[in-house]
Amino acid sequence: MTLTLAILVPLLPFLGALAGLACGRRAPGMARPLAVLPTLTAAVLAVVVAARLGPGHILDAATELTPTGGVQIYLSLNLDGIAVLLAVLVGVVATCVQVYSTAYLREDPRYPSYAALVSLFTSAMLLVLYSGDLIVLLVGWEVMGICSYFLVGHHWEREDARSASIKAFLVTKLGDVPFLFGIFVLAGDAGTFQINGVIGAATTGHLHHATLAALLLLCGVAGKSAQFPLHTWLPDAMAGPTPVSALIHAATMVAAGVYLVARLMPVFLLSTAALVVLGVMAVITMIGSALCALAQDDLKRVLAYSTVGQLGYMTGALAVGDRDAALFHLLTHGAFKALLFLAAGVVIHAAHTNSLTAMARPGGLSPDGSGISGTGGSGAGLLRRRVPDAYTTMGIGLLALAGVPPFSGFFSKESVLTAAEQAANGHALTDGLGPAGNVPCFLGWTVLVGGLLTALLTAMYVARLWLLAFHPRGAQSVGGENAGAKVTTAEPAAMRWPLWLLAVPSLALGLVGLRTNWLPAWLDGVSLTPSLPTSLIGTGVALLGFGLAYAAWRRAAATLPADAVAAGAVADPGRVLLGPLFGPARDGFGVDRLYDRLFVRPVLGAAELVAFLDREVVETYVKGAAISPGLVGRVVRRAQNGNTQGYLSALAAGVVVLAIVVAVAQ
Amino acid sequence: MTVLLLVLLALPLVGSAATLVPALGGRRALWLGVAVTGADLAVAIALAAGFDLHHPARMQGVTDVAWIPALNVRFHLGVDGISLPLLVLTALLTFLCAVYSLKRLPAGGSERGWTGLLLLLATGMLATFAVLDLLLFFVAFEIVLVPMYFLIARWGGENRGPAAFRFILYTLLGSAVMLLGLLLLGLKAGTFDMTALAANHGHGLSRGTQILVVLAIGIGLAVKAPMWPFHSWLPDAHTAAPTAGSVLLAGVLLKMGTYGFVRVLIPSVPLGMHELAPYIGAFAVVGIIYGSLACLSLARPGSRGDLKRLIAFSSVGHMGFVLLGVATLNPIGINGALFANIGHGLITGLLFFLVGAVKDRYGTADLDTLAGARAESGAALYGRAPRLGALLAFGAVASLGLPGLAGFWGELLAMLGAFHPAAGLSRPTFLTLMVLAGLGTLLTAAYLLSVVRRICMGDLATAPAVPGASLTDVQTYEAVTWTPLVVLTVVAGLWPALLLGLSTPAVQALLGGS
Repeated sequence: MTLTLAILVPLLPFLGALAGLACGRRAPGMARPLAVLPTLTAAVLAVVVAARLGPGHILDAATELTPTGGVQIYLSLNLDGIAVLLAVLVGVVATCVQVYSTAYLREDPRYPSYAALVSLFTSAMLLVLYSGDLIVLLVGWEVMGICSYFLVGHHWEREDARSASIKAFLVTKLGDVPFLFGIFVLAGDAGTFQINGVIGAATTGHLHHATLAALLLLCGVAGKSAQFPLHTWLPDAMAGPTPVSALIHAATMVAAGVYLVARLMPVFLLSTAALVVLGVMAVITMIGSALCALAQDDLKRVLAYSTVGQLGYMTGALAVGDRDAALFHLLTHGAFKALLFLAAGVVIHAAHTNSLTAMARPGGLSPDGSGISGTGGSGAGLLRRRVPDAYTTMGIGLLALAGVPPFSGFFSKESVLTAAEQAANGHALTDGLGPAGNVPCFLGWTVLVGGLLTALLTAMYVARLWLLAFHPRGAQSVGGENAGAKVTTAEPAAMRWPLWLLAVPSLALGLVGLRTNWLPAWLDGVSLTPSLPTSLIGTGVALLGFGLAYAAWRRAAATLPADAVAAGAVADPGRVLLGPLFGPARDGFGVDRLYDRLFVRPVLGAAELVAFLDREVVETYVKGAAISPGLVGRVVRRAQNGNTQGYLSALAAGVVVLAIVVAVAQ
Repeated sequence: MTVLLLVLLALPLVGSAATLVPALGGRRALWLGVAVTGADLAVAIALAAGFDLHHPARMQGVTDVAWIPALNVRFHLGVDGISLPLLVLTALLTFLCAVYSLKRLPAGGSERGWTGLLLLLATGMLATFAVLDLLLFFVAFEIVLVPMYFLIARWGGENRGPAAFRFILYTLLGSAVMLLGLLLLGLKAGTFDMTALAANHGHGLSRGTQILVVLAIGIGLAVKAPMWPFHSWLPDAHTAAPTAGSVLLAGVLLKMGTYGFVRVLIPSVPLGMHELAPYIGAFAVVGIIYGSLACLSLARPGSRGDLKRLIAFSSVGHMGFVLLGVATLNPIGINGALFANIGHGLITGLLFFLVGAVKDRYGTADLDTLAGARAESGAALYGRAPRLGALLAFGAVASLGLPGLAGFWGELLAMLGAFHPAAGLSRPTFLTLMVLAGLGTLLTAAYLLSVVRRICMGDLATAPAVPGASLTDVQTYEAVTWTPLVVLTVVAGLWPALLLGLSTPAVQALLGGS
């Protein structure tokens, strides 16, 4: 029974997607029910599956998908606490996004295909979570990639969407190729693609190439979970519609990489090298992305960089061996980041611009006039009045992101920091999944210090975002407070209640880690209660970040010259806080240019070379081959000159030669 | 079964002969083509239904009678798990081409001629996959050249004369060498019977003979496949060929080459294959990278790349995966090769249909004319003809090997095969080949998505103008011909056991004892 329900969970959205694509244009009225109902049912079923399975239990079932002539591939389910809990998260977020999209893309003629792709995406993510076979997992893994490609390219008439969609697919594919080889290495040692079998081989010491496999897998993880150096696709992917960002680029697809490492934790714990690479990658990602977030002008790009950073916390927790902390943060982050994106969608919808400076400016005008506000003279300062739901819920989400107690992000972030602290003391919390001695102390310190620094920066950019979007200083509100009073909230209910639904876990989900028979019972049973010293330091750092950002904002407002104010400049605390780093941080420290030099240009150069070779060299020998029969013909033709004497003498010479050859041979 | 297989081959031959009757001219000839190929497809499906799935390694529906006793050549037919999918694919693609030609017969010649040649082509293609005698195989292999030559030379597009000439010259040269190899193999082994040769596994053939046989037959097959550097006839032939010609050329003719490797060379001369496998693998991988890079350069704005030429070059890359699978000489890789054969037939068949449709609408397949020469412009097919655009994107995504579609399993198994090459082959070499092939999948994704970006996406306001008032979206006849390919691409991708279950035992039988 549980098995049947579990099979239905990924299957329903898939069927919904097929039906949606099949009758999209012919029956537009069907598009919405076909989008929402299968996803909703899948979410309910995911909850039922989780409830029936209960903490600490595992469901395993497999049937052969195909023979290959070698290692067989199974269509198998492997449900444990991690899989079923994440499936619930995916189901809930996907349902919220589908409901929200019915309103957000109400006028969009492309809604049917959009909704079908979101359903297909949901199905693929659920397949990744439930699958017990690495190849089947890879199927879901890459289907998510292509859905993301199509959804980022939803506004294909825009150049930024076109290039962002290609970039998103190719950068993740760059990681997926080594990832596939990593699976080969694992299967080569374990003799099976089944996750159970691989973990069994890891625990019994049959995995002889654990470091190689782990490093190869990390490439794919870095691609999907947007870790340095493969993170560059995520900020650009914000060209997609906002609900897509909420679903794919915050709560689910980027979670797949973290989930995979957690699932294969025993493999990674066998290799100190892989853990160190993962940890260093995590710390660079966290700090770098937080600096970038502090300098972005686009509201969605700030959130995108914050996603990259929060994923860094998760991979950091994995690097110090504590997958429970990583998954805890994954759950809370999934909730509050989805909330933040959906709320941002409402704000952008109301402000008619993505730009924070434009929001902070009266009338919502950007300098080039492109982000013209449809609401005319209403002051931007009134944004918070026009979208009260988004204002409040975004506040909740931002506090959770900054890790302020008692919001959910606080508890999960503290559990990550506690794990790092334990590892720094040489007692990594691996919970028997692997030898704790493989987690070096310096790695614990690196993650701990990086995590605290990131917490400071996170608080700063959270404060900056809040102040710029909702409490602007600098340019004067010319419209006045009265103009805004006439504006009523125009957001439909379908865009408001998902916010409140997600606000509940953003507020309270952190509490589930407090009792060992709550969340830890579903995972490995490691305590998720934050330790007192890290909590105090963490909270202090967050408050310090707020304070610094506020002070910088005041200073920026005070030093803003009057003519600049008239020209539409607004006080930006990021500029003061980052100083000379502001410029580089704004364009992502030039990683894109590096990629261009390292990959794009050499490949295009090689392509030109091949075109040249094909045109000049290969063609030449083909032509040569065509000419040579002609030359032979000419030579032979010359012999056929009709001269009888010539023929006879040649004949005589031939006879003589033959006679000599025969004589010698005998 | 026996009767079905004979009927399968006889039907198109009889139909082809019937087109010689002058009364069957005009539309009647086209309908005759549809009827014959339709009946043939029904026979092929019946053959598949009657196939004993529990013994896919055994030859079924066998006919074995003396043909040229003096040379010990026998009329020997049979079908097993390796040839059955190829037979069904051939029958299907021929039928779809016949249906498509009903509405879209390119200018160039009479309907009677077209149908006759198409049916003759079908006979040759089906026979290649059904015969079990080396000389008969050669005859079938050569039969297809004649109709394909005329299809390109008479119904083709621009530059059709030289392209057809190059096609026939190239493949005939390859075939001449192949005939020598076949004769050498048959005379040295004392039999032309493929099943006997396979059962013998090269016993009694010296190492030198085996290598010579592989070299001679291999060159003929490599030209057909095509393997780099024998590929240069392909882009020209495809660019010039009419849509149906391109579909059959890519969908079936190329497979005859790789089928020959699996059916003739691997079981009959295992030692020779073993010696030359690393070279075949290396050429295959060079083909993958070379083909992808050539496509990438064609897809660049301003390079005046032709879309048909691009898909043709992509075939060089995809057939590289098939050849890599063959070169691994282990069941996984060969299974992958056979799967990729079918997958490529379905997907590239679809892509050539789609590109043909684009060319019909725009009058050209030149990317710069379609999409504009600037990097940021595009033809915006998603907006102008949403269904056509969506199908093109689907074809591209399937072609880049997305898991869950037919292109994936072949590539996966070819690379997995290279990860564990057959005993005795150099593992480091094959690991290097595997990594390069993996890089090839990335390049493939890059050029296919660039094509989608330039053709499907784009701003409607700045997109180059369409000839005529607007672009017609997918028509009924197009939907009818394309739907089976789309459905099969998805089905084969979601349920690979459909094909792998057939080929796995047969491949193991071929390799057994070697």
